[in-house]
Amino acid sequence: MSLKQYKEVLVNPLIKENPITLQILGICSALAVTSNLNVTLIMCIALTSVVSLSNLFISIIRNYIPSSVRIIVQMTIIATLVILVDELLKAYDYETSKKLSVFVGLIITNCIVMGRAEAFAMKEKPFVSFLDGLGNGIGYSLILIGVAFIRELFGAGTLFGIPIFGDWYPTNNLLLLPPSSFIIIGLFIWLIRGYNNDQIEEDEFDLSKHSVAPNLNKRELNV
Amino acid sequence: MFEHYLNIFINTVFIENIALSLFLGMCTFLAISKKIDAAFGLGIAVVVVCAITVPLNNLIYNYVLREGALTWAGLPNTNLEFVELISYIGVIAAAVQILEMFLDKYIPALYNALGVFLPLITVNCAILGASLFMVEKDLMFTESIAYGLGAGVGWAMAIVILAGIREKLKYSDIPEGLKGLGMTFIIVGLMSFGFMSFGGISL
Repeated sequence: MSLKQYKEVLVNPLIKENPITLQILGICSALAVTSNLNVTLIMCIALTSVVSLSNLFISIIRNYIPSSVRIIVQMTIIATLVILVDELLKAYDYETSKKLSVFVGLIITNCIVMGRAEAFAMKEKPFVSFLDGLGNGIGYSLILIGVAFIRELFGAGTLFGIPIFGDWYPTNNLLLLPPSSFIIIGLFIWLIRGYNNDQIEEDEFDLSKHSVAPNLNKRELNV
Repeated sequence: MFEHYLNIFINTVFIENIALSLFLGMCTFLAISKKIDAAFGLGIAVVVVCAITVPLNNLIYNYVLREGALTWAGLPNTNLEFVELISYIGVIAAAVQILEMFLDKYIPALYNALGVFLPLITVNCAILGASLFMVEKDLMFTESIAYGLGAGVGWAMAIVILAGIREKLKYSDIPEGLKGLGMTFIIVGLMSFGFMSFGGISL
């Protein structure tokens, strides 16, 4: 594979084929952990390392996995990596690990990890799979950090817990509530699709235009 | 006594709705909510799997994994909590597989109705999430049955409501870039704000 293809594998998932806004993968955690940039950053690092390493390991053994039991094998590799991340977090940053509660564990069922393992790592060579995992992890992180930035700055008036706006800014609790992240992601999708017109979803059918039959008089039209 | 279980059930369905206040199982929630039929089938499958695996995982946690749980086997000092995640996902995968075989043999009508959704459920984070929250809340075995059932019913209700709204949405004029996924996100956000109003209720 040429250098250009490597670059494509790494860069495409960042915006163009972003896992959250196009592939609808890994949304659960995107919502619950974005009220505070510190927590978000740790979650992003955790997910990126799990998805790139799981892609690497699954790709290394891809030719030895019988296809009938591949889901269990993939699950075992992913679960092992997640347990490692969880234990590391508990050991070195207990406060954050309490805040993330079950969401670190839920990386196991995060569809980005399974999705990339199934769609990419089972077919491609180890190094390029690793890059694909890294790209998807960073794409996920970009959206998460964007959402967390907006929510923390305009919700609490702080970034990483440091006051930015000062005392005059009244906190906006609506943005601190988790449902607001849905709306922010919805607007992100609008923004991205504004640039990539080919991602716009077609209607399942067209509504006909308002029409008036040519030879009706005003009384028949009730006007 | 019965009231206590009913409280847990209602609390899980409405106040701590697994989809709309804890945001679990979102990927399938957004992807498979275009049609009410499909959403309903998936909802039923989640109810069944959740109601089976949460109590099952509760037994595993209380009698095998938690600190001092292996006293009955003569090992009072072992703490197997670090294999928690892998054993839960194993139980869920196995339960789904067994359920699939059981339905295929004895209730083929339901098996055909659920179709491809059944294996998909293994990687639905609502199921694993329900088990993890069950551990965090430290529920008894009987309580966990009510919790598992409530979690499933709450999720199923939410996805059917969303599918209903999306079917009606076909007739509305949405800006180009927001069509489909973008609009769905915003609707789920509004639904979720709506469900927050249950938060004031204390049981």
